[in-house]
Amino acid sequence: MIPSLPRPRWLRAGTALYVGAFLTFLFLPLVVVGVFAFNDAPYPAPPWRGFTGDWFLGNAAAGRTGLFGDAELLGSLWTSCVVAIWVTLLSVSVGTTNAFLLERGRFPGKQALSVVMLAPLVIPGVILGISILAFASRVAEAADDLFGLELEFLRPGLPLVVLGQFSFIATIATLTISARLRRFDRTLEEAALNLGASRAAVFRTIILPYLRPALLGSAAIAFLMSFEDFNTTLMLVGADSPLTIMMYGRMREGATPVLNAVSLFLMVASAVVAMALVRRRKPAA
Amino acid sequence: MLKAAGRDWHGRLSLGLLLAPALLWLGALIVLPHVELAVLSLRERIGPRLYAASLAQYETFFLEPLYWHVFVRTALMSVIATMLTLLLAFPIAWVIAKLSSGKASSLLFILCLIPFWVSETVRTLGWMILLRESGVLPALLVKLGVTRVPVELLYHDATILVGLVYTSLLFMVIPLISSLESLDNTLIEAAYDLGANGFAILRTIVIPHAAPGITAGCIVVFMLTLGNYLTPTLLGGKNSQWFTEQIYTQFITRFNWEEGAAFGFLLLGLSTAMVVCGLKITGQRFGDVMRRT
Repeated sequence: MIPSLPRPRWLRAGTALYVGAFLTFLFLPLVVVGVFAFNDAPYPAPPWRGFTGDWFLGNAAAGRTGLFGDAELLGSLWTSCVVAIWVTLLSVSVGTTNAFLLERGRFPGKQALSVVMLAPLVIPGVILGISILAFASRVAEAADDLFGLELEFLRPGLPLVVLGQFSFIATIATLTISARLRRFDRTLEEAALNLGASRAAVFRTIILPYLRPALLGSAAIAFLMSFEDFNTTLMLVGADSPLTIMMYGRMREGATPVLNAVSLFLMVASAVVAMALVRRRKPAA
Repeated sequence: MLKAAGRDWHGRLSLGLLLAPALLWLGALIVLPHVELAVLSLRERIGPRLYAASLAQYETFFLEPLYWHVFVRTALMSVIATMLTLLLAFPIAWVIAKLSSGKASSLLFILCLIPFWVSETVRTLGWMILLRESGVLPALLVKLGVTRVPVELLYHDATILVGLVYTSLLFMVIPLISSLESLDNTLIEAAYDLGANGFAILRTIVIPHAAPGITAGCIVVFMLTLGNYLTPTLLGGKNSQWFTEQIYTQFITRFNWEEGAAFGFLLLGLSTAMVVCGLKITGQRFGDVMRRT
């Protein structure tokens, strides 16, 4: 129960054991992925055959293709970054306008609109993917039939992947930014206006700095969610695969430890980003 | 009309400018695509580029045992995964919210968060290395003398459940912690002083108080599990029989968009029904639950 009540010894021991087991369960898969990135064997499996950096540095000449020599894998990593940047830009912009719409706007149907905005979170990603795929191809066919236009970006490919991911990540950005805007002290804005500041100046010097943490936070979340998305992307992807899709394909075939290498690389990269975010937040708090 | 501190900045123009992105987003990427999907699912091909309205796609689903069998199986497995996640997450949420304090509590919380910064693909790769026949755990079992030869731990229903529970934990832990933190400790102390045992306290005080958090967590976990694709297909292999896989097969492999659209709607219907039921049972509003998580 709670610390202020007497707890028998077996319960304390049991709790400690449980927490230990729980953390092992959480971290075991990640540790295993990291460790086997350095195993000197052609497959990520025991036994341990000694340490090697081949799965990072190896190239075709060495007989083993490491991460930094694997053009296909590096290409998909880059594709994921490009997609994530577009999704982040779109989601944060639309999230910001939505926040102002929901917090400042008064119009009939606002309640209904705010509920519809939440819908993308309850629609399974696979269905978001197929519905956007079907609609985009309908529009592309109509444009072809009516105007003889060939709209290449509406065919499966990266532009559709960006739109598909944006369709639900925008909701998350909207929620984060609205929550911050709701707590904004309107008297600050009024004071600045009374002192003769223009609307644009108020926005730039007061509202924007206030929203900054929410904008940065939602940008980080949007980037991460886009980078990690699988379900929606799978349905919309064309010739260029983002990293998750590429890894999925290789995992089905039973790949070499180069996948462990790229995974470890991702873990280290996101740890660095997380640390940077935490460090940023500290002086402000 | 926007009504705020000033007068001129607002008005119809700025309202229109703010509404445009929202309507474009929801209209072009959510509402119209789902209308298109509904239209697709309700038609049947009767000739080259010739279609007629019909319920044939849904009829196929109910007449073909494989399809509805997979559908029911996916639903049941998702329910089991949700329950298991709740059972596993509740104690850790309790430890974080009630038993530990200050530094220890936030450290534990961050430790719970870390695995979810890593993509599901990487986590699934970890499980595959651990569980496959040539993997770490079968080798360990042989070494410990539990089994004589390495056993295949991948491609079982239990493997799928482990993977699903693992992926869902965070979405259960967070709402549970926030609902447990708001529970007043003195209530528990009072119940204890009045002679209630641990089980009675859990049943009459803790669970009723945490009900909103439990519902929110269960709804989110169920939805994510039902719509998951990666974990069941990789950990279950050919035996996974997950409904999202059927949708993929119809849509992408067989290019039968009409049937795929009907499957999509069935999955969406089940997911929505569960959300609505969950909310009805506990009398919560959708918006509140989403904001909580």
